[in-house]
Amino acid sequence: MEKKMKPKSQLRVLAALTFKQGYAKIGGVIVLGILFLAVFGPYFAPYTFDEFVDVPNAPRSDTLMLGADYFGRDVYSRFLNGGRSIIGLSFISTVLGVGLGLLIGLFAASAKTRTDSLIMRLNDILLAFPQIVFVLLVVSGFGTSVFLIAVTVGFTHAPRTARIIRAAAAEVMERDFIKAAIAVGEKRQRIIIGELLPNVTSPLLVEFGLRMTYSIGLVAAVSFLGLGLQPPAADWGLMINENRGSLTVQPWGVLAPIAAIALFTIGVNFITDSFAKAAIGIDRKGKE
Amino acid sequence: MSVVKVSNVDIAITRGGIKIVEKISFEIQAGQILGLVGESGSGKTTVSMALLGHTRKGAVIESGSITIDGNEIVGAEEKMLRSLRGGTIAYVPQDPGTALNPGLRIEKQILESLEKHQPELDHEVHMARVREILTEVALPSDTDFLRRYPHQLSGGQQQRVAIAIAFACRPKVIVCDEPTTGLDVTTQSKVLATIRALCREHGVAALYVSHDLAVVSELADNVAVMYAGRIVESGNRDEIFFNSIHPYTRRLIRALPDIAGRNQILGISGYAPMPWDRPSGCAFAPRCADAQSICTQSVPELTQISASHNVNCHRHKDSTKIVATARIERESISSSTQSLLGIDNLNGFYGSRQVLFDTNIHIQPGECVALVGESGSGKTTLSRCIGGLHDDYQGQISYFGNALGKHALERKKEERRDIQYIFQSPYASINPRRPIGATISRQLELFFGMKGNAADARVKELLDLVSLPHAIITSFPDQLSGGERQRVAIARALAAEPKLLVCDEITSALDVSVQASVIETLKNLQGSTSVALLFVTHNLALTRSIANRVAVMRKGTIVEYGGLDEVFNSPKAEYTNRLLQHTPTLK
Repeated sequence: MEKKMKPKSQLRVLAALTFKQGYAKIGGVIVLGILFLAVFGPYFAPYTFDEFVDVPNAPRSDTLMLGADYFGRDVYSRFLNGGRSIIGLSFISTVLGVGLGLLIGLFAASAKTRTDSLIMRLNDILLAFPQIVFVLLVVSGFGTSVFLIAVTVGFTHAPRTARIIRAAAAEVMERDFIKAAIAVGEKRQRIIIGELLPNVTSPLLVEFGLRMTYSIGLVAAVSFLGLGLQPPAADWGLMINENRGSLTVQPWGVLAPIAAIALFTIGVNFITDSFAKAAIGIDRKGKE
Repeated sequence: MSVVKVSNVDIAITRGGIKIVEKISFEIQAGQILGLVGESGSGKTTVSMALLGHTRKGAVIESGSITIDGNEIVGAEEKMLRSLRGGTIAYVPQDPGTALNPGLRIEKQILESLEKHQPELDHEVHMARVREILTEVALPSDTDFLRRYPHQLSGGQQQRVAIAIAFACRPKVIVCDEPTTGLDVTTQSKVLATIRALCREHGVAALYVSHDLAVVSELADNVAVMYAGRIVESGNRDEIFFNSIHPYTRRLIRALPDIAGRNQILGISGYAPMPWDRPSGCAFAPRCADAQSICTQSVPELTQISASHNVNCHRHKDSTKIVATARIERESISSSTQSLLGIDNLNGFYGSRQVLFDTNIHIQPGECVALVGESGSGKTTLSRCIGGLHDDYQGQISYFGNALGKHALERKKEERRDIQYIFQSPYASINPRRPIGATISRQLELFFGMKGNAADARVKELLDLVSLPHAIITSFPDQLSGGERQRVAIARALAAEPKLLVCDEITSALDVSVQASVIETLKNLQGSTSVALLFVTHNLALTRSIANRVAVMRKGTIVEYGGLDEVFNSPKAEYTNRLLQHTPTLK
């Protein structure tokens, strides 16, 4: 039972409701922790990411917290250096992909039936490509540039986001306040931005969180397959690939990045799930 | 002996202990009908479900006692409750469309409770009873009908099947939760007659829950009026409807549209508080014209007026009588001037199905034309054609003699500005993610290019016009009640300074007291701005309070069109007559 809240921004209210939930708090702590690690990690690294400090696959010792990797480099230092690229790339590709998908979805939902169908069927064709296959196709064809990976991963998100957003927006299009806007002659772009967009923010943010975790998985997978960042760069995905051969002798080179990726994914999902819950509560109150 | 005895029942939300209803007491004798009246949020449904030993999730019967035919319900075991439900006490739901199982045949649904409660009898005996009860509720009882599914029946038939299920085991008590709300008046009066006859013949005690005073006055022997979780007044039918004492009851009766036109409807300002922000003292005090300091300090005790008449009011000795004021005679506006809006030979379609047939209506500047019809009559389609929201039609709609484009976007900006459409549900017609002030000022920017301080000032003027506080400018729709939202929708329409307001059932989602004040607002507007209204409604009685002329619509055809008094006093169409007869009214 929410008492009347101060007006201002419903998003702020949603955020407050989201972080009231225990899972969201845990998720927030995890995400902040991993982000801190990724951004400031390099400053705490005892060695540079590419210097040879010991024999290959040296076990943990007092000087090497997580031992050495298959080349004899410090796993701990490489781990602290490897977060930036994967999280940065994932973030950029998510923004690109969800943004593009949002545009397509809103445009299709507000278009006439025929245009809508045409867009969505073309969308379905793109959906037929598994994301990883599409990314590998492009990356193996055009080379392994970091920028290309971000754009391609983002592009594969777009049709998936477009589906979700179109469904949410199509439901909103049927409501009377849209008809009211049409009846007074509001322009299409004004209806999309002023009436539709604010009413799909909840699914949009949930979708953003979900796509973010997918991005991490994809970028890590591309690096793992050797088509992402190239050695000797430090990157969590790449590290898993490099060190998997020595998993039995020196597991830390694989375990540390896997744990970080998994935790980050779980943290983001905790937040988005809580957000979805909060949004459902608010929307239900609105509709009565 | 009382079959139903409820004494001092409190029902509260388990978390936080907030009381939903308090100190509820009443009795029902065999064969009698108690009408439980209240507006939304008053707790009437909570009370009715408590008779079945059911509380909604998260609520609990805290104290008090409920006995049904001698069985204590409060604290009873689930097994015992189950044996009572359907057998001794039965329930008729509000919406049969969702209460009947769409996957089961009618026969099976009626048989279910018989088989549960009388397992000792043969199938043949059960089937005989099924046929008997169907005949009693005036439905066919042939095998063909029994084999049907709910979707093959009309709304009225579905509701009668629900009643048949409730009466199948010859219960001692029946609880009806607004069973006629979704039905047309003619169907409603048949369903009410069925309930009345069954209760009389079989000596069934009934609790009839409704927000519609007129329906209750036609059906009930005794009436209890609920407000904010308490029974504020109870008595027999005549005591409540003609000698009421509590200010709320009096105002509620005055808010009721009267088909005889004896009184002008009068709204109650404000709205009923939700359980968690009920004021201390008498809950009605903030809306009450008679309130004194004692009313806000202590909760009034029950006072007995006569053997059957009880009231909870500090001022039961000297509360103001509200005298019925006669309807102000409304002159028909002469039709010599050029019509503001002309609809000529309009035929409307939904795909290949025709829903409007050769419709003709002319509206003069400043007049109010009421368009009355039951559900499916095409009245909403017609109003949407006028509003430019439905363009699948042939024929012409003209504005001051000039043909209008079919779709809003094909019309001139001035035409879109001058004809404003107000939607039925204020819950859907306002963008939930935008502050109220922005919703209204957008209209000013769109039509007059007004922005900044000028727009702010104008928004405040508009809010005054529809009696809303300026503070709601920064509020979002979910912080407002239904009545307030509908006023926002009206203010938004008025922002365009329209010549014609198309009002599509704009009060049907609102409580009667709120409906009355919205109607008052509209009428005052008509006086001060000379805007013309097309007032679409299913409630014939309501048109008496606002219209100059009335058009009655049936199955896409206008069957009657004339001045208000003409239509009410000497209706030409047989259909209008039937509507007039079946509309429930205080007699």
